[in-house]
Amino acid sequence: MNEIVISTEGLVKIFKTGKEERCAVNNLTLQVGRGETYGLIGPDGAGKTTTTRVILGLLSRTSGKSSVLGFDSMKETYAIRERVGYIAQQNVLPADLTVMENMRFFASVQSVSKEDQKKRIPELLGFAGLSDFTGRLTGKLSGGMKKKLALACSLIHSPQVVLLDEPTLGVDPVSRREFWNLLGNLRAEQGLTIFVCTPYMDEAERCTQIGLIYAGGLIASGTPAQIKAMIPGQVIELTPSNAEAAQRLLGGKEGIFEIQNYGEKLHILVDDFARRAAQVEATLAAGGIVHDDLRQIEIRMEEAFISLVRRQAGRNSEIQSVLLTARTGETR
Amino acid sequence: MEINLNRLYALIYKETVQLLRDRRLLLFIFGLPILELFLYGYAVHMTVYHIPMAVVDQSQDSQSRDFIQALVNSQYFDWTMNSQSQADAGLAIDRGEVKVAVVIPPDFSASLARGDASVLIMLDGTDNAAVQSGYSAASLVAQNEALRLTATKINPGGAAGSGALPITASTQVLYNPDLIDIWLILPGLVGLILQTLGITQAALILVRDREMGTVEPILATPVRPVEIIVSKMAPLLGLCLLTMAVVVGLGVFWFGVPFQGSLFLYFWMSLLFIASCLGLGLLISVGAQTQMEASTNGLLFMLLGMLLSGFMYPTSIMPALLRWIAALVPVTYFIRISRAIFTKGVGLNFIWSDALVLLLYTLVVIFAASKSFKQRLD
Repeated sequence: MNEIVISTEGLVKIFKTGKEERCAVNNLTLQVGRGETYGLIGPDGAGKTTTTRVILGLLSRTSGKSSVLGFDSMKETYAIRERVGYIAQQNVLPADLTVMENMRFFASVQSVSKEDQKKRIPELLGFAGLSDFTGRLTGKLSGGMKKKLALACSLIHSPQVVLLDEPTLGVDPVSRREFWNLLGNLRAEQGLTIFVCTPYMDEAERCTQIGLIYAGGLIASGTPAQIKAMIPGQVIELTPSNAEAAQRLLGGKEGIFEIQNYGEKLHILVDDFARRAAQVEATLAAGGIVHDDLRQIEIRMEEAFISLVRRQAGRNSEIQSVLLTARTGETR
Repeated sequence: MEINLNRLYALIYKETVQLLRDRRLLLFIFGLPILELFLYGYAVHMTVYHIPMAVVDQSQDSQSRDFIQALVNSQYFDWTMNSQSQADAGLAIDRGEVKVAVVIPPDFSASLARGDASVLIMLDGTDNAAVQSGYSAASLVAQNEALRLTATKINPGGAAGSGALPITASTQVLYNPDLIDIWLILPGLVGLILQTLGITQAALILVRDREMGTVEPILATPVRPVEIIVSKMAPLLGLCLLTMAVVVGLGVFWFGVPFQGSLFLYFWMSLLFIASCLGLGLLISVGAQTQMEASTNGLLFMLLGMLLSGFMYPTSIMPALLRWIAALVPVTYFIRISRAIFTKGVGLNFIWSDALVLLLYTLVVIFAASKSFKQRLD
């Protein structure tokens, strides 16, 4: 692997509110190489935002290590902040400043010289498609435009790394695609290292490296292809007349690993499509459930993600029950 | 603490633009002090005139009528009813029909002639302002009447005018001979208004950023806490100074309060005082979790300023503990400075100790606010 830009090692973050303790990040280790687009993928509450904030030194860490470009997140916070761009999840740029004023403000606090500002600001505004809105108040921009402005502001000092926390949250699909195209260009043209948190699987597919985070811990990491390869077998897709009943009938049958529900559709993970298709059809027919033609589909990030999370959730409850028996054993 | 002037300038520019675009806040910053000034100027009178008075005249002669007329002429009393007895007059006060009753005994003329005349004045003790004004006005009138009669007795020709007696000048009120309320109130009021404004606005400003989430993108840049603190103070300092100029200007030109001292000195003292209030407000803001908490804590200082600073009651008569608490409130120092420059017209050599304390106070609160400003979100 090439030069490591972002790294955490055994990172732990525990929030204390009064007497309650909540572990948001639990022994998390990850590495992001230069020029990579690293996606931290996980459900809401998995610890994505907390991880990002600790890496940037916006939150203190309970234990473990974290650094960006070799600078420690806690001890060399300002060195990191001079070299890194960041879009916070609830990224709220001052709403009562215009687009231009926001650009100039972030340029000045990042010590970008006046000459460089004259060149960079129009460039970035053009790149973000905001050239015609320089005089508009930021609060009056659409959601997508706000995100693009945030991206432009975070790039004003030509950072080597950007950390984006759910940058497309609440943005329409067209703007989302535009936003990701902008990121793709940045990576290709400038070799920018991108660290992005997202719950969207289509965005995960665009990353070069992925870390799956669940309950504060990394449960899998690798390229999108490697992640998908972790799921054994093949996927049968079908639309039954009664999805719930079909799920009940098929669950636990031989060769069926898992059934996932996508609206009216069922995705059935099996060991071998050719062997199990007929078996599934027979079972459903016996149960009196009509359905459309069975088809085999490529396994997507979504199936892989759900499957891996389920596996982990099962393991967690197993661990818990093991711990419980151990404890009751002691008292006996 | 390292300060980068370019960053600081960018932050101050941003804060100023934001403040100037906030119309409602501007209205509040300018409107409230002016409203407060006019309320104090017109509605609040420490001295009460035209107090309704009942008269029990058991003497019924020219001397008793003279005395009653003197009371009425003083403008402090309105003769609104006659009562038959002291008990009746007491009932009238009970019923709230009058605030004051004057009982003139049957032997009034005779005792006057002997020089030991006494008159009973009953006052409604539930109305503090009426009691104070009524009592002092009535005793002044009684004193004057007695003096005149005495003078007449000594000088049967009556040629010498009573007012010409040198003894009448025995009570001389310095600086404000007519005891005009607004003259008394204004120098302190300026301090109270500025403190309320400064502390509450500054207390809200950092928490507001935190609550709205605008602090996170800025924290993620290399800005230092002290730069944030100073940049939040700067535009508010300008606005508060402007407010002070408006309030003092209205006081001098509208209410005609004479400004005796140096405007230059007053400007610098106000600047120092406002900085101390803003620093205190920011310190409150740093410690507060919500805007609600911040404004409640801000109000506490407003209350302390009102009651303990010497604005209403002199600090010298307070118990030691309360004087110590008062020493934590910046307006305590400024009220003394303001009265000294505004009303007495004295210079720095009379107020330097208060000015020095304010300077130290300002530096301490700004330092404390910068130190305790959270560089992280948790």
